[in-house]
Amino acid sequence: MGEPVVRAPAFHVEYILRLGDSSLILAQRLAQWCGHGPMLEEDIAMTNVSLDLVGQARLLLSHAGALEGLGRSEDDLAYQRDEPEFRNWTMVELPNGTGPHDDYAVSIARNLMVSALSVPLWQALCESSDKHLGAIAAKSVKEARAHLRHAAEWMIRFGDGTAVSHARAQSALDHLWPYANEWWDTDTLEREAVQAGLGPSLASLRSTWSESIDAVLAQATLKRPTDSPFVSTGKLGLHSEHMGYLLAQMQSLARRHPGASW
Amino acid sequence: MVSVSDDPVLEQARVLAGNVPDPEIPVVTLQDLGILRSVHREGEHIVVMLTPTYTGCPATEVIREDVQRTLAHAGVSDVQVRLTLSPPWSSDWISPHGRQKLREYGIAPPACGADADQHAGALASGSVLRFMPREALTGPACPRCDSIRIERISQYGSTPCKALYRCLACREPFDYFKPY
Repeated sequence: MGEPVVRAPAFHVEYILRLGDSSLILAQRLAQWCGHGPMLEEDIAMTNVSLDLVGQARLLLSHAGALEGLGRSEDDLAYQRDEPEFRNWTMVELPNGTGPHDDYAVSIARNLMVSALSVPLWQALCESSDKHLGAIAAKSVKEARAHLRHAAEWMIRFGDGTAVSHARAQSALDHLWPYANEWWDTDTLEREAVQAGLGPSLASLRSTWSESIDAVLAQATLKRPTDSPFVSTGKLGLHSEHMGYLLAQMQSLARRHPGASW
Repeated sequence: MVSVSDDPVLEQARVLAGNVPDPEIPVVTLQDLGILRSVHREGEHIVVMLTPTYTGCPATEVIREDVQRTLAHAGVSDVQVRLTLSPPWSSDWISPHGRQKLREYGIAPPACGADADQHAGALASGSVLRFMPREALTGPACPRCDSIRIERISQYGSTPCKALYRCLACREPFDYFKPY
């Protein structure tokens, strides 16, 4: 998609890395359901959502690499960076369960929370002053809507299902809820991006997000968790204890065989 | 840009590229799917512009190679295949001929008007649909018996672009090419 090599300001590159890394790391988490889904259709659904996110991540990381002007490709950014260089939100790196076993309710609750944000985010990014980012957004918003629909339907089925599925859905929601605070905590980088017309602050999407979530929770007979003061810091490169393991798995092949292709 | 009619090589390249089959659904061509955006000259090169369907569609790379190979095989050299994201591909761009071929192949073609945000998510309208999919109200129809008495089995199917449905009249499962 031949872009000229012009070094963009650091905030521009970082703003896109936050989006690209969040897509990539969630894709990696969801791909862990491949072959382990609770039923065949859902195994396929989760990996399809993952594939969409990989596609978005590839476009975003390629773009970030071009803007950075250091000659780094999408693969260099995905496979050759260490943990503190990743800018994804902490929420997406958390495991697919809260205990020793994976729990589909956790993945569904996270997909609901993330896609309820992604839809208005991509929608706003269609108007970005960065035309290439706008083009990526125009495609991604279509995919995010499908992800939101998938997650919402399952959240309702779980919440308004059996006593066990209800309890697990509520506990997944309670577990993930504090990690949304990272989105609403606007920092200097985001303010610079807003100023440059690059895109919105996530905090400005909070009421839209809340409406989407509340509509689903009402039908799911689930309780909206109370807000807490905890703020995670993945977007600053300070990650949870789970991130290192995830990267080790994701990067081991590329690091062991640098430059390998097939 | 030279107009196609004045340039037989360009015309040939356009036809060849347009006739390359989709690697996942070989019954339809790039032309049918609406992913061939343009074929034009830039200096010595012939530039083939394609637009990807889903961002993560693994067929995109294969399509690029297939176009390159097909043109090289026909002796059209100096070809560059480029991808363009904008304007974003829509399933509305599938030609009537392409839709017919999908149906005959056993894949229900997508409902039209995907661009009009009809699938903006049930959330926007405040109603999350539960066991009856939204498409049930407007399409698809069973590609075998044309019945509209259908049910959705899964929103995601064998490729990113398809969902899995079942016909309640003839009981056959079928793929539905999702509106995008």
